[in-house]
Amino acid sequence: MSTSVSATSGTKSKSKSRLGFVDRLTNLPKLVKILLWVLLALFLYALPLLEPPLLSTPGTDFGGVLFTVTIYCLVALGLNIVVGYAGLLDLGYVGFYAIGAYTVAILTSFHANWPFLLAVPVAVVATMVSGVLLGAPTLRVRGDYLAIVTLGFGEIIRLAAVNTEWLGDARGISKIDRPPSIELFEIPHLFWEGGTPLLDPDDTTVFLEFGVLDQIPYYWLGLTVVILMLIADRLIKDSRVGRAWEATREDEDAAELMGVPTFRFKLLAFSTGAFVGGLAGALYASRQSFINPLSFLLLFSILFLAAVVVGGQGNRWGVLVGAFLVAYLPERFRDFSEFRVLVFGLALMVLAIFRPEGLLPPRRTLRAKQAGQELAAAEEGDHGEETRVRV
Amino acid sequence: MNFSFLFNNFAELTVTGLAFGAVYALIALGYTMVYGVLQLINFAHSEVFMYGTFATLWMTITLVGSGNPGGLQTFGIMAAALLAAMVVSGAIALMLEKFAYRPLIKRNAPRLIALISAIGASFVLAELMGVRDDVAGWFGLRETLDDYVGGARVNQSMPNIVQNRTLFAIGEYNIRMVDVIVILSAILMMVGLDQFVRRSKTGRGIRATAQDPETAALMGVNSTRVIQMTFLLGGLMAGVAAFLYMLKIETTKFDVGFLLGIKAFTAAVLGGIGNLRGALVGGLVLGVVENWGSALFGGEWRHVVAFVLLVVILLFRPTGILGESLGKART
Amino acid sequence: MIRNIRSWRVAAAAVAAGLTLAACGSTADESDNESDSASGDSGSAACDVSLAFFGPQTGPAAGLGQPIIQGAQLAIDQHNAEAECEVGYEQFDSQGSPDQAPALATEAAGNEAIIGIVGPAFSGEGAAAGPIFAEAGLPTVTPSGTNPTLSEEGWDTFHRALGNDATQGPAAAKYIQDTVGAQSVFVIDDASEYGAGLATIVKDELGDTVVGEDTIQVGDTDFSATVTAVTSSKADAVFFGGYYAEAALIVAQLRDSGFEGDFVVADGVKDPAYVDGAKEAAEGTIITCPCIPAEDPAVSEFASAYEEEFGEAPGTYAAEAYDSANIFLDGIAEGIDNREDMLTFINEYDQEGITKQLTFDETGEPSDVAVYAYKVEGGEIVSDQEIE
Repeated sequence: MSTSVSATSGTKSKSKSRLGFVDRLTNLPKLVKILLWVLLALFLYALPLLEPPLLSTPGTDFGGVLFTVTIYCLVALGLNIVVGYAGLLDLGYVGFYAIGAYTVAILTSFHANWPFLLAVPVAVVATMVSGVLLGAPTLRVRGDYLAIVTLGFGEIIRLAAVNTEWLGDARGISKIDRPPSIELFEIPHLFWEGGTPLLDPDDTTVFLEFGVLDQIPYYWLGLTVVILMLIADRLIKDSRVGRAWEATREDEDAAELMGVPTFRFKLLAFSTGAFVGGLAGALYASRQSFINPLSFLLLFSILFLAAVVVGGQGNRWGVLVGAFLVAYLPERFRDFSEFRVLVFGLALMVLAIFRPEGLLPPRRTLRAKQAGQELAAAEEGDHGEETRVRV
Repeated sequence: MNFSFLFNNFAELTVTGLAFGAVYALIALGYTMVYGVLQLINFAHSEVFMYGTFATLWMTITLVGSGNPGGLQTFGIMAAALLAAMVVSGAIALMLEKFAYRPLIKRNAPRLIALISAIGASFVLAELMGVRDDVAGWFGLRETLDDYVGGARVNQSMPNIVQNRTLFAIGEYNIRMVDVIVILSAILMMVGLDQFVRRSKTGRGIRATAQDPETAALMGVNSTRVIQMTFLLGGLMAGVAAFLYMLKIETTKFDVGFLLGIKAFTAAVLGGIGNLRGALVGGLVLGVVENWGSALFGGEWRHVVAFVLLVVILLFRPTGILGESLGKART
Repeated sequence: MIRNIRSWRVAAAAVAAGLTLAACGSTADESDNESDSASGDSGSAACDVSLAFFGPQTGPAAGLGQPIIQGAQLAIDQHNAEAECEVGYEQFDSQGSPDQAPALATEAAGNEAIIGIVGPAFSGEGAAAGPIFAEAGLPTVTPSGTNPTLSEEGWDTFHRALGNDATQGPAAAKYIQDTVGAQSVFVIDDASEYGAGLATIVKDELGDTVVGEDTIQVGDTDFSATVTAVTSSKADAVFFGGYYAEAALIVAQLRDSGFEGDFVVADGVKDPAYVDGAKEAAEGTIITCPCIPAEDPAVSEFASAYEEEFGEAPGTYAAEAYDSANIFLDGIAEGIDNREDMLTFINEYDQEGITKQLTFDETGEPSDVAVYAYKVEGGEIVSDQEIE
């Protein structure tokens, strides 16, 4: 996180105590930092084997939930490019996810017999193309109109799948190919008795067998893709493209005036987002081995958006946290049975009200807020009324 | 494509389409007004409508009992049900404003987080209705209130108060009485609301805030009250929509709002979001085109037709059929 | 960092201690199991076993899940009232979506106490969860998933306690042609797996008598375009493949527009909620169902017990769920406490249930499916005749 080093050291003197921990972390020597990252990654990889008591999900498979979490993380990273970086409100993101999943399903099972690894590149290209096809006419529409147009797009994709026999209609497509397995060695799980972790010799995961009964290898695959995406995301955010997106989001006219071809960059954001969504869909279809249109309801678009916004749109770590919460909380709340959606809705409201900037807002927001406050204080003196009335 | 079917039944398809479109239009008002004033998509508005349908249902069950009402009595029941729907929907809309929006507006939160808060509120409201039998159970009222809370997750339907079967014919086309009632009352409500926003002091406040919140505030418009009024008016209209919907469809369920809400929002955008007359035009157009589309391509493509229409309209008229104009003086 | 190192040491020690404990634990478990199976032979009920429901408990499909949950619950409660050892009942809430099915199925598979699944309720989630149950050898009996392809996947664990669409469709078509005597039929479906599959079979069987068709979407409430299509086609019968929620709305709207022909539907509509929903419009509706009529004392006994326990009449598939759970419970009563024995037991099962003679062929389909016609009369669903 070299960027954040420079970013925080600049504002360090003014930053509040909540940044203290981050500061201390970023000031550590580089070697230690790398070590910490590796430890974190190892911990994440080992998580489903550890099954820590409070985190683990009673009532459903922890590995399976973690896989879903990685899919949501992936989707959130992709949607974050569209919503967080480029500022385009997309309510039909599930459409891209569906296109990725359906391409893999059709190529590996329904109409052809391709291996999974060959179908994935085709799937992501197909999604990117669909992103361009959808974006080219609609991205000229501004602001919230885009939201409803994309929402419509997502629904059209789903309804087309429901009503088209070639796409398996409501019956769906089964026997989708799984990733190729390399069976190397077995790793035992832990289980917890009271506060003591115990090794469970009967419960093992084979590295790396993409089988039916064990969800953990899929989680490892998903986590790996998420890590790769994170790196790619960081590269792209700090590049010229990332700055062009930021400029377009903050003030489209000004950006256009400064020579940023905003339409082309919006289209790029849209198709990059679609790419990631398609990849997530492809992984999902392979793990499920069966898909039908019920997995691509409008509700999922909404949940994906919730993940991005609750986590902190524009901050890749924030949206990961958001994705984790949105995918994980309903599973963790299984004990509430009938009430779990209710509780989830309440959680969304509470998060929105108490952390309106998202759980981990991007640094830009913190900086902008601070600068704004200083500006207001300097310009207005005692005109405190203004902020109260403004809606 | 089945052209002959469409042309042979053109009038009937158009009237039934207009009737459902009128319901869309009344719900769309809530979206459009809140958007006009706050630039927020009030995602939970669909639940405001849903509570209205239940208010209608419960009021009717209470009043009808087991007997079959006749004549004037029917009229009284209908009036009471309409009132109940408006009161409940209005109250829910106000609660939404208080709990899901005001805390955010106060903090000047980003627009998108308000959408998330509304989505959360929407889940809470819908699921609360879905577990109403359990909730009643906590108070030991599960048995007593069985008529009201039983079958919380499945369709509940009204006792018949108006005979829907009443038909009259224009030429050889059969027109149902209830469709005519729905269309006329919806248009009446819309005209009333339009005039209210245009002529009353409150309406001027709403328009002023929509146009320029800061200047409006400087001119002495109480923005909190204006926002409350906007939610209340949207809620009342959703209540009317709920009553008319129940008159026509007679059945409701805890998640009935979801699809209708999406459609109504589509209608609002189609007509030009923020524009009251746009909501009416958008709703009616959407209802009719959906019906024509179903006739032409088959019912499975009904929703696809609706969304394709939206995309096409927005491509040619990027701010909807009538454009955005709640704030403009010429509303 | 120092604190971190120390805590790692503690953890390591704990793991080491855990290893020895785990070793002890596992041997103790084994001896328990032995004593259990030993006592099982003497005929007393097994302990520490559970059945599970797999299907929608919340979400939009919850209405269809509830009767199944309660039907199985009733069977288990009745069993537990008499047995020495109580059978547990877990619920895996999939919300009817194939999305969450694999994780839930894996969890169910990993819980050794669960030796039977009532479900998966829908065919979609069944297709997603099927391979996992097959791999784990966990027997399932679905009381409601009617997609014919489910039994063709080669899952030994799959069983179906009701006739699939391929058995019911021809019977429904036959009834429409022979008994109703319809010359022109309009076929509507709801684009769901169940509804569309059934409607396609009915259409194929009816051939030329089909004068029109349309598809609606589950969750829609206004069907005016479809209704206009029916009335203008002058059909004298309508077949609808779908569930009761839409069926009630469609029949009400059809009758309101002056349609006077016969309305024929299948088992997805055989639910008291259909009559409650459509009221007078439901009168005369013909419902085909591969389930034994309620005149049988066992069935009416079930119905009254269900009503007493849950305060409502048994809904769609509640009786099938009751039957499904009873198959497992019979096995448990005979002392079965593991999945392997349970699977053998079910594959060889041959008893009369409240819906039909319960016995499965090698693909898991019920061997003997008779389809009956029911009619709505005076606000009740009453049996009409068996469709030969």
